[in-house]
Amino acid sequence: MSLNEKNLNAMLDQYPAKVKRNRKKHIVIKDSSLAMQEIEANTRTIPGIITNRGCAFAGCKGVVLGPLKDVVHVVHGPIGCAYYSWLTRRNKAKSDDPEKNFLTYCVSTDMQESDIVFGGEKKLVRTIDEVVEIFKPSAITVSATCPVGLIGDDIQSVAREAGKRHGINVMAFSCEGYKGVSQSAGHHIANNGLMEWVIGQGDLEEPPGKYAINILGEYNIGGDGWEVERVLKDIGYTILTVMTGNGSYEELKNAHVSQLNLVQCHRSINYIAEMLEKKYGTPWLKVNFIGIRSTIESLRNMALYFGDPDLLARTEEVIARELARVEPVIEQYKKICFGKTAFSFVGGSRGHHYQGLYEELGIETVLAGYEFAHRDDYEGREVIPQIKTDADSKNIPELHVTPDEKRYRLKISEKRMAELQERIPLSNYKGIITDMKDGSIIVDDLNHFETEEFIKLLKPDIFSSGIKDKYVVQKMGIPSKQLHNYDYSGPYAGFNGAVNFARDISMCFASPTWNFIDPPWRNTPLLEGTIEEGEA
Amino acid sequence: MRQIAIYGKGGIGKSTTTQNTVGALAESGKKILVVGCDPKADSTRLLLHGLNQKTVLDTLRDEGEDVDLEDIMREGFMGVKCVESGGPEPGVGCAGRGIITSINMLESLGAYTDELDYVFYDVLGDVVCGGFAMPIREGKAKEIYIVASGELMALYAANNICKGIHKFATTGEVRLGGIICNSRMVDNEYELMEAFAEELGSQLIHFLPRDNIVQRAEINKKTVVDYDPKADQADEYRKLAQNIDGNQMFVIPKPMVQDRLEDLMMQFGILN
Repeated sequence: MSLNEKNLNAMLDQYPAKVKRNRKKHIVIKDSSLAMQEIEANTRTIPGIITNRGCAFAGCKGVVLGPLKDVVHVVHGPIGCAYYSWLTRRNKAKSDDPEKNFLTYCVSTDMQESDIVFGGEKKLVRTIDEVVEIFKPSAITVSATCPVGLIGDDIQSVAREAGKRHGINVMAFSCEGYKGVSQSAGHHIANNGLMEWVIGQGDLEEPPGKYAINILGEYNIGGDGWEVERVLKDIGYTILTVMTGNGSYEELKNAHVSQLNLVQCHRSINYIAEMLEKKYGTPWLKVNFIGIRSTIESLRNMALYFGDPDLLARTEEVIARELARVEPVIEQYKKICFGKTAFSFVGGSRGHHYQGLYEELGIETVLAGYEFAHRDDYEGREVIPQIKTDADSKNIPELHVTPDEKRYRLKISEKRMAELQERIPLSNYKGIITDMKDGSIIVDDLNHFETEEFIKLLKPDIFSSGIKDKYVVQKMGIPSKQLHNYDYSGPYAGFNGAVNFARDISMCFASPTWNFIDPPWRNTPLLEGTIEEGEA
Repeated sequence: MRQIAIYGKGGIGKSTTTQNTVGALAESGKKILVVGCDPKADSTRLLLHGLNQKTVLDTLRDEGEDVDLEDIMREGFMGVKCVESGGPEPGVGCAGRGIITSINMLESLGAYTDELDYVFYDVLGDVVCGGFAMPIREGKAKEIYIVASGELMALYAANNICKGIHKFATTGEVRLGGIICNSRMVDNEYELMEAFAEELGSQLIHFLPRDNIVQRAEINKKTVVDYDPKADQADEYRKLAQNIDGNQMFVIPKPMVQDRLEDLMMQFGILN
């Protein structure tokens, strides 16, 4: 059954009128006959609605800062925030120097009641001193949790002083969970900090190798970044830094010398991409390494940017070799997957990225959306001038950069830039809506109620989202694949990743589990009674 | 046991009035506990003849969880038991949370014994956050007295506090017992204060005239009944103590809108 305005309305009618009015703006049924379809995004979730969204702290420490491996990340607050953001995201890291990988540690000031009452600054000072003494990291980040903002600990000055005292970079991020409407606020705060305090601090003036690139918005979940790096290095690229999966502070300092910046997750890192372009003149290319076709397209776009015939040739060579290897393997899985339908509700970019991979396997994405994206992730970047900034987004400081007097270099001529922009997504992202089929549904900040209702209406064969909704959906008899942390599997990116994904999804479908899901209430009555004769 | 919280604008004389009134009540044989809820920890100075009290929060910080009642409670004038909750230095931490911690601590240590006739909470300034409302939340203090004077800002603050009381009164048992006027010698002050209290649906429980003996007693770290029991002002505090002791009028206040408050000032000739 497909969805139309009528049954969408019937579903939303179960909401109070005001909630319905609000939620309706977050749901779009794709219709390509319209010039543009506006969707509301990055606004507050209505209280009472069970949302999948995270908080600013999760976006800052959990997503963007957390994967930097040679940095000790101090969580300033009561222990819960540190504990639950400790390695739960599966951002993997390897280090040449085993003593310079601190990701397995959970460092927190563990604030107690008396720290709340008397202020936690002294404890933070002590924690930083101890961290330096024990770990000698390249740098330290301090991320603020909610109570820190409420009691007004001045973490910025504590970090500055500690930095001077120890002669290392100590960076404080005022990313209290309550800031902004979702984790998106935290991405922005982290981006500003990394741009202000890390990128450009290195001494390099020229790239250390040919085709020097940065990979932005790749967090190495389940090893995704490693698979992408394998292919790129094979073609001949010099990868300066990955932001921030398996990333390191030492590499990040020299990110300014790249000739091109790749953007995988647009939502979480577009701020840095844009600032790098403004400050150093380096364009960014929107890539998508999820799915074979998207990977190939991204590789070809990159080669086109550099325009070197050798690079183009080598790119095709690697593509041909990889295809010959993985296509036969994937073929067997396609037979299991063909003709199925999927929901793809993830993050701020994966809801889009995985649709291509699903399509290659013969699975149609009938509903997609993001938890915390903004309108440009749905409608494309051309909508940015029209986005009204509200009080919630004004709350997040905007970092303004100017061209670096010494280091700004135009990487390609304006004419070539304009030509390339006609052909490839150079410093541009066209959003999710344009890639979706007519009649499919785009939902922003999908919630628990709507998840169940849409499943009842559209009966998808697979649901891809996160841990919060996974089990609700599986109890409805539908396999659910976590696309935040990959359910302990991965990598899913690049050529090898596509094979892994095809295998895992096929296992989901082929599992006999679903035959056994017969909840007790399906076969036994909820109430039992007997009819007895007696007074009428 | 009657639990009473004293609120009012900063600097209006809450601590002085509370201690002098408590002094008078103690003189008449009442058993009283005074809990200072101000980070400055100066709510029991006159009763204890000086600032020689270690605060609950300082003790908690130094001793950890292992705190005895004797560590934080001192007996002062006429056996009045005195506790200062204390708090952080200005500009750091959370004083409101401190009040909550401190009152919970007192409860768990069994400071509230049945032999007590009164517990007085002397609360800092305006109701600034949830922590400072602690004494009137969860049915701790059920009686509130607001110290005010005929000045607009004092009345404005008093009216604001009534908004706080109103909020907690509708969901709990807390009631306004009356307005205490600590006179600033403003024109028509008595009439204005009576009208103000009446407009709130409450009463002017006593009008304390201005008398320098209060300052003299204060310099000597004493309450007036202690310093000069025969002074006229000592009788004024005894009268206030008597009125509170015999008070039967406990109401949910009806806070005014700003315009109405200014009208009232106009009517009594203050704004002219």
